[in-house]
Amino acid sequence: METLEQIKARIEAALPSAKIDIVANECPAGERSLLVDAANGFLIAKFLRDDAQLKLDYCSNVTGVDWPDKELTEKTRVKQVVDGVEKEVEEVNKTIRPGYLEVVYHLYSMALKHGPVVLRLRTENRADQTHLPSLTPLWRGAEFQEREVYDLYGVIFDGHPDLRRILMWDEFVGFPMRRDYIAPDDFEYEPTPHDEVLVEAKKHYPVEPKAEVKV
Amino acid sequence: MSAIAAIPPKSYEVKPKLDESGTPIGELLEISMGPHHPSTHGVFRMDVVLDGETVVKLKPVFGYLHRNHEKIGENISYLASMPYTDRLDYFCSMTNNWAYALTVEKLAGLAVPERAEYIRVIMAELTRLQNHTCLIGFFVQDMGALGTPMMYAFREREKILDLFESVSGARMMCNYMRFGGVRVDVNDEWIAQTKTVVSNYSKFLDEFGTFLTENEIVLARSQFVGVLPKELAINASITGPMLRAAGVNYDLRKVDKYGIYSRFNFQVPVGEHGDIYDRYMVRVLEMRESIKILEQALRDIPAGPVMDPKSKLRGFRPKPGEVYGRVEGPKGELGFYLISDGSPNPYRYRVRPPSFVNLTILEDMCLGHRISDAVVILGSVDIVLGEVDR
Amino acid sequence: MIDEGLKSELQKQGVYVTSLQELYNWGRANSVWPLTFGLACCAIEMMAASMSRFDLARFGAEVFRPSPRQADLMIVAGTVTKKMAPLVVRLYNQMPEPKYVIAMGACAISGGPFKQGYNVLKGIDRYLPVDVAIPGCPPRPEALIHAIMTLQEKIRNQDLTGPNRPRHLNAEVDGEYPVPAYGEHDLEPPKNPEVWQPPIMTRK
Repeated sequence: METLEQIKARIEAALPSAKIDIVANECPAGERSLLVDAANGFLIAKFLRDDAQLKLDYCSNVTGVDWPDKELTEKTRVKQVVDGVEKEVEEVNKTIRPGYLEVVYHLYSMALKHGPVVLRLRTENRADQTHLPSLTPLWRGAEFQEREVYDLYGVIFDGHPDLRRILMWDEFVGFPMRRDYIAPDDFEYEPTPHDEVLVEAKKHYPVEPKAEVKV
Repeated sequence: MSAIAAIPPKSYEVKPKLDESGTPIGELLEISMGPHHPSTHGVFRMDVVLDGETVVKLKPVFGYLHRNHEKIGENISYLASMPYTDRLDYFCSMTNNWAYALTVEKLAGLAVPERAEYIRVIMAELTRLQNHTCLIGFFVQDMGALGTPMMYAFREREKILDLFESVSGARMMCNYMRFGGVRVDVNDEWIAQTKTVVSNYSKFLDEFGTFLTENEIVLARSQFVGVLPKELAINASITGPMLRAAGVNYDLRKVDKYGIYSRFNFQVPVGEHGDIYDRYMVRVLEMRESIKILEQALRDIPAGPVMDPKSKLRGFRPKPGEVYGRVEGPKGELGFYLISDGSPNPYRYRVRPPSFVNLTILEDMCLGHRISDAVVILGSVDIVLGEVDR
Repeated sequence: MIDEGLKSELQKQGVYVTSLQELYNWGRANSVWPLTFGLACCAIEMMAASMSRFDLARFGAEVFRPSPRQADLMIVAGTVTKKMAPLVVRLYNQMPEPKYVIAMGACAISGGPFKQGYNVLKGIDRYLPVDVAIPGCPPRPEALIHAIMTLQEKIRNQDLTGPNRPRHLNAEVDGEYPVPAYGEHDLEPPKNPEVWQPPIMTRK
């Protein structure tokens, strides 16, 4: 199979407006991925599916990933003049990386038996701009998996034929797989609590009567 | 097959048939099959709309066994997820273990000793045997053969479970594999026992086949029922015996050659019509191939350690990165997707469940058939709810 | 009541004497019909218990009925999720009296390994009265057989009169339990306080 750089160059030649980044991966297997912009996501996916050299006709896995706001600290060494002497001082820059939701598609080719090409799409933020194009019109196999990502993460797939909750009940509010989801508190009986469960269970312990102060 | 046509799911609106003057003939009947239904193989529900006895709409409803496997996996360490993978597809805990171990090994770059690779193949193929055997039992039960085929299937399954139990301590939830090997070694006695079970298995398959393969009821109920076209099967990400029954030669044991599968001589059975009968036959033939693999593996298994001495189980912290690993489970492609951020817990832990994705085309296969055929079609998909809902 | 010594003396002579209560309970205990009700992994062990090797038929409990109307034992075999719990309660309500519940496996008892999940009910005893609980994940088929024997023991020793008489002989007790509704995050109510109260624990 071609390298990701070649694929990227060919997509950019075919779709000049596409914005594609290659996301590095440090693990030994090192499957890098293509980060594509949401506006062109559908067309890029269609290109990958229909291209004669790639023929990625099999969309194996669709995953949602939640990346909440993260505080990044960057340490830089800056030369400063302190009391007339030039010194190297460490300066800490704090930046907040805005959170987003990410959907990862693993594409393989059954015809040519190669793969995977990993495709990533990111939403604008985690609150109101959570729209992404649905790839179900290209691969039927994404139908239930995209519904699951919608149910558990709250990504709204535009163009999905039947976007409803799939695992939770219809009346359910919230997206339980997000990292800031707070599960209902039913820790009233914990015979063997430890760690986080102990913290939760302690809220239900009876309040001990305070010892009377003798005068 | 250069440009694949997009195959959209069926429209959601259904209307009863109209007569010549435009008035509807009769009414549509909407029934909810499940989650407590003897033939839905667990707590699976189908919302079915019937016109007479013909299915005109069928929507699967999931989530009755959604026990938050992925959320729990993100809050516990890598090793602690291993027993949870047993409970995904509770018929095939060994293959689930292998899929997860393989993914973590890929993530951390661990090697697996030779003997452990052989043990893994033996366990995975034994799992495939018992899964397919039980599936055929269930599937014939869906056609109305209550009890007896299941008794035969479970009799054979117990023999394999005894092997699992003697090596791992548990019948179903084996929790046997580890990153970089397997938990305990098998002894020669166990291998001799396994050889006996394997050599007797083809006799059992002959016996089972005599009753079922040319059985008139099985033929009538399964041939040309629930046909899945090849293009739709690929487009809908169908994997496993269902895909191969539709005529696509795609078996991860041959494509990815994970583990040591490249060393064994076996064939991949492929169907022609994509109907229920082909799915049944593909499974029967796959069991025959599994027996071949088992015979070779049991003959060639070398001596040596079963754990990579470099792998460490406690305090395991892989470097940041992400990985997708997959194996050919008895039900299809079982994949794990892990994102590590360098901490002891995975940042994202995702299971790609084969039977969940295989249900995508349940409606397409059932439309136009009788309601009683829908039960058999569902049986031929081979679902386990622990994996569908996770 | 007949004297025990006289009873055994008569038995030696070929005369069998019994009380109506014993006869009635003996009949009930040996024909427990379970509901075919598999939720998760434990259901496979439940099936295995009724199949070739373990043969539950020896205990009169092999007639698995698919309809709750014909069953008198509910084996809650597997994890009860919050999405499933209302349906479990509804099935229980549909069963005719006298009815019994076996909580099979760690999940049905307390949520088991999955109890930290946001969609997992921490034990079916929050909504239904459980007669026998089988620990294990999953319990072996022998454990299920033992649980059925324990249940039979319980049925044999039930008084048919008096304040402890079974529910079906007590017109004042209602055998139906309220079915919880789906709420925004949890079931409403999250537990039935008439059936289950969290045990008060004192920790030092």
